[in-house]
Amino acid sequence: MKREEIHIEWTFRLFAFSSLLFLFLILFFILFEGSPLLYKVGLRSVLLEQRWAPTKGSFGILPMVVSSFLVTFGALCLGAPLGLFCAIFLSEYASRSVRMVLKPTLELLAAIPSVVYGFMGVVYLVPIVREYLGGPGFSLLTTSLVLGIMILPTITSISFDAMQSVPGPFREGSYAMGATRWQTIWRITLPSARSGIVAGFILGMGRAIGETMAVIMVAGNALSIPKGLLEPLRTLTGNIALELAYATGEHRSALFTTGVILLLIIMIFNSVANFVVKKRIVR
Amino acid sequence: MRLDPRTTDRLFSIFFRVHALIVVCVLLAILFLIAIKGLPQLSPAFLLQSPKDMGREGGIFPFIVGTFLLVFLSLLLAIPLGVGTAVFLTEYRREGRLTAFIRFGVESLAGIPSILYGLFGFIFFVIRLKMGLSLMAGVLTIMIMVLPTIIRTSEEAIKAVPRQLRLVSHSLGATKWETIVGVVLPKASPGILTGIMLSVGRAVGETAALIFTMGCSLRLPTSLADSGRTLAVHFYILAREGISMEKAYGTAFVLVFAILLVNLLAYYLMHKAMERLS
Repeated sequence: MKREEIHIEWTFRLFAFSSLLFLFLILFFILFEGSPLLYKVGLRSVLLEQRWAPTKGSFGILPMVVSSFLVTFGALCLGAPLGLFCAIFLSEYASRSVRMVLKPTLELLAAIPSVVYGFMGVVYLVPIVREYLGGPGFSLLTTSLVLGIMILPTITSISFDAMQSVPGPFREGSYAMGATRWQTIWRITLPSARSGIVAGFILGMGRAIGETMAVIMVAGNALSIPKGLLEPLRTLTGNIALELAYATGEHRSALFTTGVILLLIIMIFNSVANFVVKKRIVR
Repeated sequence: MRLDPRTTDRLFSIFFRVHALIVVCVLLAILFLIAIKGLPQLSPAFLLQSPKDMGREGGIFPFIVGTFLLVFLSLLLAIPLGVGTAVFLTEYRREGRLTAFIRFGVESLAGIPSILYGLFGFIFFVIRLKMGLSLMAGVLTIMIMVLPTIIRTSEEAIKAVPRQLRLVSHSLGATKWETIVGVVLPKASPGILTGIMLSVGRAVGETAALIFTMGCSLRLPTSLADSGRTLAVHFYILAREGISMEKAYGTAFVLVFAILLVNLLAYYLMHKAMERLS
């Protein structure tokens, strides 16, 4: 090989390793800033204490962990069925031309910036909830609704891909036995696409738990565990975004600790999703 | 009561159609509301003037420029890095432990939420590297953030280029590099462009990662060390601090329809790429 070619190959190799470098830097700096405090105060008191007063030495983020999981679950309750039904329609009912229009439309829904969802939530959903259901309007319910709509495209497109990868002869066999379209979907397509659909749900949850700006705008950001659907709450992401601008010293470290916990949760979600998908390939 | 299978089938058919319709209606409602309230705010003055009184009056010109600068510069860095990575993964290496490892890194980067990019950019670029809240810090943070999208779409596009083309090029005496630049990349360009457009959309709409890296100065950034706002950040601040609902709608209109345009372009390119392959 010519000398020049070797240089070029090395350049590409360097480029390829840059992603690993960035990943390493991100993990390193978040852990480096966040773990000393975690070590000093102890994981247990950070995760189990309820009081968050970082300037007074209380670093309990339990309410935020619980809130993050609550809104994620709430978002899934809305986004999962709606997204799945949409995917079933797209994959099993829609004609080619309808699909050609609907699929980019859904992708557009994913491209709308999260601040816009938050804004629509504040301007339209919050007053409706306040007026008809009570409470301040900034609540678990409102946040779940906004997030549910935001994760819809993720769930739909992954479930759609999973259903499309079910081989055609499976369905044809079912039709040949005299099954209706719904029977085929329920007995053949959905079970065959199960692992892909579950992976879609988990990735949707990952998106919901990582969402920040839309959540800050509609959640109300109160510092306690919400006792009902209409109570305000603060998530892990919201905690970081709300306080980072003015935090110093241990307070700032506490925000990085929040980041470490968030990172751990996301990593668990992603590995579970990966595991579910891999299992299918092995099978 | 047991329903006749045919009736059940028909009921479910209606059920799924209604759900798809609901989702489309939600999207249309969002676009419609923003258009109807935002369009009246639009004027040459709004687009070309600087903001006055925190954005209560005046326009959004510095933020349009700020958005352009951020997107242009971050992609200027991310495109060679991303496409280069994709070329390395597909043209220089067989699938193996190394490619799996790099791909794992890329997937992990893609899964990190934007607020953590903000946290990282803040501590690393802004504080450790002493860049301060600046265009530079924003550009570098966004570069890392869009890298996975560019790598994945470029990889798909390069993989879809038929093997014969490479063989022909080699048989004519072209080197590997000449084949990549002369044959593979041009053939894969619509697919790569799609990934780039998607990244543009993501960078334009980003807020969480930018507030703590690029900051939110109202002035027009004139150097890499200046802080500045993008449209999305400006919109967020207008809406969250209740500065001006009218201006917020106007900004939202510009923001959303810019992203819409970018996505339509991406879709068109993807369509063209698929046509060319089939």
